[in-house]
Formats: sequence, structure tokens, C-alpha cells
Amino acid sequence: MDFDLTEEQSMLKDSLDRLLSDKYGFEDREKIRKGEPGWSKDVWSQLAELGLLMLPFAEEDGGFGGGPEDVMIAMESLGGVLSLEPFLATVVLAGGMLREAGTGEQRGELVPRIVGGELIMALAHCERGARYTLSHVETTAKKDGDSYVLNGEKSLVLHGADAGKFIVSARTSGETGDEDGISLFLVDADADGISRRGYRLQDDRPAAEITLSDVKVPASALLGEEGQGYGALAKVHDQAIAALAGEAVGLLTRILATTTQYLKDRKQFGVPIAKFQVLQHDSVDIFIALEQMRSIAMYATAEAGSDEVAERARAAAAAKVMMGQEGRKAAETAIQLHGGVGVTMEYAISHYFKRVTVNDMLFGNADHHISRLAEMGSLLDP
Amino acid sequence: MDLKLSDEQRAFRDEVRTFFKENVPDDIRETMVESGHPSKEQFQRWTKILADKGWGAPHWPEEHGGTGWGPVEQYIFLEELQAYPAPAPLPFGVNMVGPVIYTFGNEEQKQTYLPRILDLTDWWCQGFSEPGAGSDLASLKTRAVKEGDYYIVNGQKTWTTLAQHADWIFCLVRTDPDADKPQKGISFLLIDMKSEGITVRPIQTADGGVEVNEVFFDDVKVPVENLVGEENKGWDYAKFLLGNERTNIARIGMSKHAAKRIRELAGIELAGGKPLIEDRRFAEKLALLEIDLKSLEITQMRVVADDAKNPNAKTPNPASSILKIKGSEIQQRCTELLMEVMGPYAAPRQHDDYLGHNEPPIGPDYAAHAAPNYFNYRKVSIYGGSNEIQKNIIAKAVLGF
Repeated sequence: MDFDLTEEQSMLKDSLDRLLSDKYGFEDREKIRKGEPGWSKDVWSQLAELGLLMLPFAEEDGGFGGGPEDVMIAMESLGGVLSLEPFLATVVLAGGMLREAGTGEQRGELVPRIVGGELIMALAHCERGARYTLSHVETTAKKDGDSYVLNGEKSLVLHGADAGKFIVSARTSGETGDEDGISLFLVDADADGISRRGYRLQDDRPAAEITLSDVKVPASALLGEEGQGYGALAKVHDQAIAALAGEAVGLLTRILATTTQYLKDRKQFGVPIAKFQVLQHDSVDIFIALEQMRSIAMYATAEAGSDEVAERARAAAAAKVMMGQEGRKAAETAIQLHGGVGVTMEYAISHYFKRVTVNDMLFGNADHHISRLAEMGSLLDP
Repeated sequence: MDLKLSDEQRAFRDEVRTFFKENVPDDIRETMVESGHPSKEQFQRWTKILADKGWGAPHWPEEHGGTGWGPVEQYIFLEELQAYPAPAPLPFGVNMVGPVIYTFGNEEQKQTYLPRILDLTDWWCQGFSEPGAGSDLASLKTRAVKEGDYYIVNGQKTWTTLAQHADWIFCLVRTDPDADKPQKGISFLLIDMKSEGITVRPIQTADGGVEVNEVFFDDVKVPVENLVGEENKGWDYAKFLLGNERTNIARIGMSKHAAKRIRELAGIELAGGKPLIEDRRFAEKLALLEIDLKSLEITQMRVVADDAKNPNAKTPNPASSILKIKGSEIQQRCTELLMEVMGPYAAPRQHDDYLGHNEPPIGPDYAAHAAPNYFNYRKVSIYGGSNEIQKNIIAKAVLGF
């Protein structure tokens, strides 16, 4: 039983927080989000210099040899400033797929470029018909001599417009919803037959729709064994959820701090509105949500590296449910406590609210994961 | 970060677990599983077993009969005890008046009372609340006037849990009605329940049980040596006592046992010919309860680990302040869901301390206590500082309002 950061982790967190408070204040972020590409190449290269992008990769691949816990710490800080940087897309999702399924050669080629901040990668997995079913893959990959030919449409690809390389899931056998038969491919973003349409999510994070028409990749682009990609997809999605749970702690921490400060500053009827008991109790509800979120994020993180599939999945699902239910309720309460200004773009709180809302939509919303948990049995130790 | 127990802690847990398995009498375990309300005799028998092992009051200093365990061991002990399930040591002596006596009492009081608390020779009850003094405890009116070697006590206490079994009551009484603040004129008195002028009137709670009472004082003579600490300083001792209530307030072990029982019985009870646990809506409600419980368990562990690391911290970990609120909500949801498991068979009134319950059961034999416990457990968000009072405290102490 130990909940303290190691000395290394504390140092990393301190330097990261310093960098972000320098470069990612609300006004800085306003400039970033209103401009192109919607994130900051300058900050990204500084995050690389700090060593943040190397965290979850093995030392032999050029990484730091850290794990989900280090990612949680990073995500908490990045979430606190509503980062628009491609950390989740490149390091957690695509990087996670490389780590879990890539060959030594693939990792050796790509990890150093990610770690150095030169290469943005994205995981192109979601499809229009899937909603939240991870095994729903209609995109096909047909073997053609020494190559594969990919056809299909990928949706909601985080940082998809900025990526130099994609990891694409495509079906090499079986039916649309089968777990077997999903293969993973490394695809250059400028390969013939790829078209992409970039856009922003409601909370300003960049994403893209990707169309693949007869995209030809060599057999060496296969990540892991043919048809066996589902296990890595499931693991990396659980890790992404754990990472988002870390982000949720950062988001709720700021939501609480911003809201309590507002209540102390804002005067009505001649007194700070923090004096009103109803508003105090609503604020306490946000505090409770934050502390419970922190605990469940630790749980999901502790299980995120595990190959005990059921336990890992239950922990991730539990965290995602809490984010979607308690986290969203807390963010809605924060808007209500701000009153009218809470509904404006000028106040940070609305941006936090949108981020929390959109996070519920990614990787399965609360309902989806409650439903999974109902099928997966007890969360509690036997 | 490590959410798991260390090897040493795991060995300790196994030792405690084995002790319970070998030493909790079967009838007491059954009572805990069925109703959660042990009889006086069961409490006495079980406490004697714990005391003989030296575990009567684990968190007390060793010189007074405690164990010397740190916060983590104490936490494991209570978790395992509740999860077994066995009755936790009766709080009125062990958690409430005992620590007040060894912290503020004189040598004679320590020698007299502490050993008799450990093995439940003396059953204590708590005389704090009054009809007009609930959450606003300092407005209490029970009066103690010093006359020679005695205080003459007049007034009324209420919500006195298990006073019907008690040998002693510790009371907050007003000794200086003219003090400039209500908190300043209060003293802490130990009163023998056999004293002339004490009347106990049971209050039947909504579940049909008799757990709480009114206690009336009519010219009760209390020897002056029964005053703890200084006259008119009772409020300080009361605050100290209420601060100690934090121990185990979340009752995670108990809720874990309840959640397991809900799952087990929902696998037996049928809905439309299929086990209730296969009903999607029910399974989802149980899943939501487990998420909250899992999370609170880790919150509790964070607080315990922090206590172990910083034994002399002046301010508790802020997360500790949510344990009462979330812990009580979760306990209530457990009783609610267990009642739902019974379906229509939660409806028949089969258990009542007044009516007795010697008839054959209507419906499954585990259904009788489900609704009464749900009714009874509304109390947990009210006692020990209602959840609204807890929120006031957090607003002030944590959020700085």
C-alpha cells in the first residue's frame, strides 16, 4: 500500500507543471486553439525535451521504461491545462499499439522518432457503424502477393490530420463484429489512396475522418500477427481509459479550484456568494467527485499494465463510468455555480465542461461500460 | 503507487482472518449475516473472546491494553472483522469514552474504568444529544449543580443507543449556564445507570427495533470524582471524542460483505424464471454500487497510508472528510439493494422487537430483515454529525469558505 510519487515522478511532475504554467495558460491556449494546427508544435517539442514522450516505452526502444502510472501523472497535468497536444493520440494510443504489437524492428524505427517529437502518429480504428463496439471493423485488408490492399473509412481519428503515420485496424478474415480476424497495419499518411478531412471536436481537440481506397502496404507493415490484433486493441483502449481517468483528475482539480475561487470573488446581496450554504454543499459535491475519481483512476492505472484481461477491463470500465457519471455531474454543477458567465467561451470553466463531456463520448460512454460491467461480474475481490 | 498489501501486511491479514474463522461463534456470525443486530449476551461473549486475545481495543496505547498496531493494521483488523462478519467492538466504551478517560482522566479513573471497558464488564452509552440539541449539540440543557461532594443532575438525553443494556453513561452537562458562549459552560460526567432518579424509555425505531432510548435525569446524585478533566472544559473533550469517530466510519468491510451477499442472493432469487442477477437493470445497479465502493475503499486506503506515514499530522488528509458521507450513502444503497433482491417478500412484517418473531418465515428465510434494515439504515447519514453537517465542515475546512 503506497500512494506517494517516487522522487523521479515528483521531479517530472514539477518540471511539467512549470512548463505548462509558462506556456499553456488560458490565454496561450486560446491562441493555440484558434490557430492552426490547433495544437502547439513549440510546446510539443518542449515536452519531448522534457522526456515526457518517452515515458511508456521500453528503454531498449529508446524509451524511459515507465508505465501507466507515469502516464497518469502526465495526463493529470496535461488535463489540468486542457492540453490540445497529441499525447493521448501519439504516445498512449499509437505508441501503445506499437509497444503491444510491434516488432523490434518497427519499434526501433518509430519509437525514437515519437520520443524526439518528430513523428505524430494516430490510431485509425473507429468506424461509423461501430458506435462503441471495439471489434466492429468493416475496413478490409486483402492480401495481394507480398502486399496488403486496404479499403474502408475510419472515423474520429484523434490528431488524424497531423499524423505522419497511422496504425490502421482492418479485417483480414471473419465477419464485421468478430474479435478474430482483425489485423493492424502501419500506413504512411501520404500513401496513395488515403484522403483525410480534419476537423475539431467540441472541445477543440483535433480529429479527422480517413478514407482508404486501395491503399497498398507491404507485408512488413503488418503489426503483430495477421488476424490477431484485437488483444492489443483491447489492452491499449483500457490503457487509454486509465490515461483519461488521470486526465479527469486534472480536469476536476481545476474545475473545483476555479469554481471555489469564483464563489469567493463574486458578490451578490452584499456578500460573497460562497457564504450561501446551498452553493457550499454543491461545491463539496464536486470535491467528493474529485476524490472518488482520484481513487478510481489509481485503480484503473494499477490494472492497466496487466494481462489479466477481465480484471483490467473491469477496472477501466469502472473508471470510465465514474468519469461519465460523477465527472460530468461535477462539471455541470460547476457551470451552474458560475451562473451566466459559465456558459460563455470567455471563462475557462466552459472549456473544462466541454472536455469532460467529450471524454465521456470517447472509448465507450458510461452506459456502454455499465452494461459491460453488468456482464463481467463483480469488481470486488473474491 | 501500489494498491496491494505488502507481504507483511498480507501475513497480518491472514492471521486476523484465521483468528476470526476459528473464534467467532457460529451463532454470532449468523446473527451478523441475518440481521446485523447481536444481542447483549452475544456482544458480551464476543468481546470477552477479543479481550482475551488482547484485541479488545486495538487502537488504544499499549499501556492501557491496546495492541500497538499502526493505522494500517487497525484498518485491516476492522475490514476483516466486518467482512467476516463479526460485531465490531462496541464503540461507546472503546472508541468514545475510553480515549477521553486515558487522555483527560485522572489516574484513579484510568485504573477503574479502562480494564472494564476492554472486556465489556461495563457497558457504556453516550449521553450527548438532547431533544433540543441534535446537530447543534452545544445548545444542550441538562443541568448539573454542585452540592458538596455531588453534582445534582436534572434533564433529558435522547437517541441513547443501547441504553437499555448500559451500566454507565457518559454525559455532557451544563455546569455554568452564565458562560459567555454555550460551549464554555459544559462538563463531562460519568454516571452510573443504577443511580436513583434515572429512567430509560425505549424509542421504537421505524424498523420495529429498540436500539435507541430517552434517558431522564431527576435529581440524580453524581459523585464529584466522576467529573472527567476540568469543570466547564467538557466541550474540548467532546470535540476530541467526535474527532475519534473518524476511525472506520466508512465501514468498507461491512459494505463489501453486503455487496457479496446481494450478488449471492440475487443468484438464488428468480425473476421471470431466471436468476435476478441476470436481469440487466438489477446487475447494472449492483455494478454502480460496486464502483462507488471500490473507489471509496481506495480512498480509505489513501487516508490510512497517509496516517501511517504522518502519525503526527495536525490536519487530516482532506480525503478523509468524504468517508462519512460516501460510506453512509453506500451502506444505505446496500440495504436498499438487498431489499430489492427480496422483491415482494421484503413486504411481510416478520421481525419486531415488540411482536417477537417466532413464526415460520413467509417467503425465503433470509427476507425478514431486509426491509427493516433498510428502514433502520436511514440513521447512518444522520448520526455522528449528519451528512449536511459533514458538508458544512468540508466547505469550511477543505474549501476555505
